[in-house]
Amino acid sequence: MSTASSSKSAIAFDGVSYRHPDGPLVLDDFSLEIGEGETLALVGRSGMGKTTILKLINRLLLPNAGVVRVEGRATTDWDPIKLRRRIGYVLQEVGLFPHMTIGRNVAVVPHLENWTQTHIRKRVDELLDLVGLEPATYRNRYPRELSGGQRQRVGVARALAVDPPILLMDEPFGALDPLTRAEMHREFHRIQSQVRKTIVCVTHDMGEAFALGSLLGVLAKGKLAAIARPAEIVTSDDPEVKIFLDAMPAIRGITN
Amino acid sequence: MMRVIEFWINNSDKFTAEILRHLALVVASVGFAVLIGVPSGIFAYRYPRLGSPLIGIANIVQTIPSMAMFGFLIPLPFIGGLGAKAALVVLILYGLLPVMRTTVSGLKSIDPSIREAGMAMGMTSPQLLSQVEMPLAFPAILAGIRVATVVGVGTATIAGLIGAGGLGEFIYRGLQSVNPTLILAGSIPAALLALIADFALGWMERAAAPGRTPRLKPRAGPVMIIGLIASVLAVAGLVISERTGDRIVIGSKGFTEQITLGEMMAQLIERGTSLKVARKFNLGDTIVCESAMRAGGLDLYVEYTGTALTEIFKLPVKLNIDEVTAQVAAAYAASGRTMLDPLGFNNTFVILIRGEETKTLNLRTISEIVPYAPNWRAGFGAAFLDREDGYRGLKTVYGLQFIESPRAMDVSLTYLALAEKRVDLISGDTTNGLIAKLDLFPLEDDRHYFPPYLAVPVIRTEVLERHPQLRPLFARLSGIITNEEMRHMNYQADVEQKPAPVIVNEFFSRHPEIFGKEKE
Repeated sequence: MSTASSSKSAIAFDGVSYRHPDGPLVLDDFSLEIGEGETLALVGRSGMGKTTILKLINRLLLPNAGVVRVEGRATTDWDPIKLRRRIGYVLQEVGLFPHMTIGRNVAVVPHLENWTQTHIRKRVDELLDLVGLEPATYRNRYPRELSGGQRQRVGVARALAVDPPILLMDEPFGALDPLTRAEMHREFHRIQSQVRKTIVCVTHDMGEAFALGSLLGVLAKGKLAAIARPAEIVTSDDPEVKIFLDAMPAIRGITN
Repeated sequence: MMRVIEFWINNSDKFTAEILRHLALVVASVGFAVLIGVPSGIFAYRYPRLGSPLIGIANIVQTIPSMAMFGFLIPLPFIGGLGAKAALVVLILYGLLPVMRTTVSGLKSIDPSIREAGMAMGMTSPQLLSQVEMPLAFPAILAGIRVATVVGVGTATIAGLIGAGGLGEFIYRGLQSVNPTLILAGSIPAALLALIADFALGWMERAAAPGRTPRLKPRAGPVMIIGLIASVLAVAGLVISERTGDRIVIGSKGFTEQITLGEMMAQLIERGTSLKVARKFNLGDTIVCESAMRAGGLDLYVEYTGTALTEIFKLPVKLNIDEVTAQVAAAYAASGRTMLDPLGFNNTFVILIRGEETKTLNLRTISEIVPYAPNWRAGFGAAFLDREDGYRGLKTVYGLQFIESPRAMDVSLTYLALAEKRVDLISGDTTNGLIAKLDLFPLEDDRHYFPPYLAVPVIRTEVLERHPQLRPLFARLSGIITNEEMRHMNYQADVEQKPAPVIVNEFFSRHPEIFGKEKE
């Protein structure tokens, strides 16, 4: 396994096993290391434990065996609340709070961190600008008044609110139509070029993985079948990787 | 309808007071049901293993009939007793289930991804609850509060059964005396209250839905705080209005004659001594009065010897008047009460036929109707049909035979059924005011089958000893009320709609011998 990272380790999995309560073994002696500032796109079939990996990072789950380290420290040694506030999380279902306005949704973590009202207001406008939503128009609307793409932008803004060093994204653009999704991919790169986070993004779509990742990982049978730069992945002859490559309708432009 | 409005106008003070009491009971009970129900709902949701039995218990509580609940409660110290306290406990218990259930289902219905988002953002459990879960469950909880309130407005009428007042007082008195005006006077405002509560809370529920922006947005915090303040005020109002201090507490069961007699006892003490009394009339059933007296919440009421014998002391039926009186007096004495001299009338069962029949056929006694009975239909209350001293014995003693087996019907309906010729013979109470109103005729029990039901004031011995002047005072009422006079007073109440204090005033005027010249 090649870990194509030169910088400091942001997230590391060391021989991690995880079994769903009363269910199958999802991760089996799983290891992985992600350097600071990398964008890792993890590809795998549904039920292969992609979401589990994210939840192990922000300690929504604890491993049955092995250690997950964030910034060099085992998640079990972190105060879970402190840990989670250093990690932005964009959910597949977005998970915006329907009873809060867009502005209040984005401000949730700053509120929890007891920022001042003025500071919060300024930050909310900044973030809405960053994700391409005009603050004056959207600040006081409710989630149900927004389109799916707009909601997903708010989800990203909310995850970035307190400028966490790590961002986890769970099929963030899976529910969007292809054109909106392509637009979101461009936005993603624009934002990432501005904020420079360590990002772990999971998807079942190899095309999306190529579009987003600076590093690609392929999950199979509870282990990492491959992890490499996109260019190396294309030429891989690993059977598990080939399945995903073959499933792509056509390989369009590969970034980086 | 005109008569209902007339009743409201003539009794506007009492009517307003009872509406306010009714509202206070509902607000207070719903408030406390929420105070207990929402946290237990949250608990049941967080710890389902402990929570489901909790909801199970609330479920069972809801199926207990209210009278049975009062039966348990009245003898209990602290939460029991008579009046608003016991009524509130029962109403709170009934309100608990809808509130708990909607709290749990409201919390359960939250999209898991929303909860997960909250946790992933580093919310602590209390933060998640207060910022996400409770606001999202709030409309559902409001729905539960709405159900509890609307049901509560209806259920609060049962407070009328244990002297806690409210609109139920009119309704139950109306039912007892077959008086539709009184029933409507109580049930129309109750129905209106329920509709208003339903409408207002329904609006709040819709306005509170997440993501809505009505001009006035009900938020969980302020709504709960205002509700809590309102219910505390309501409880305070109820408690203050019920303070008895060192007064002598006089009770009555929930029918006309009892209320008149209760009022008579009260006026007797007020006119004859400087003692203060508290009136707690309308206490439903014998059991309520008896357990209230044993618990010390009630000092004095009028009982009937036959009822005391069989229902209170569970002794076998006896027919000899003096024997029954002596036996009941002894049983009361053994349980800390003193049975005072009988008031005179004997409110036993009586067999009634239409007045016109008596005239045309010249019938006076039960024996005389035996030859006609095979062509007649009889209607009896369920209790009379079942009782040992009811129909079963009557049939054998007189050799009665009817065209078909007697119908079981609601006692209060039998009088009308007889007058309207749907039946030809019924059993009734000797002193019922309807006998005169509907021109019915009481047949003489010439074989002395029915056991005696002499009206006797019963007082807690402790109270009697503390106030020795009471004994000679009550002696003045000894044997003074005849069957006819009691029937007349019941007629005044049930048919002429005179309030009890007026009827009792007139009674004392008719009997100057009681107070002589002292009376104003």
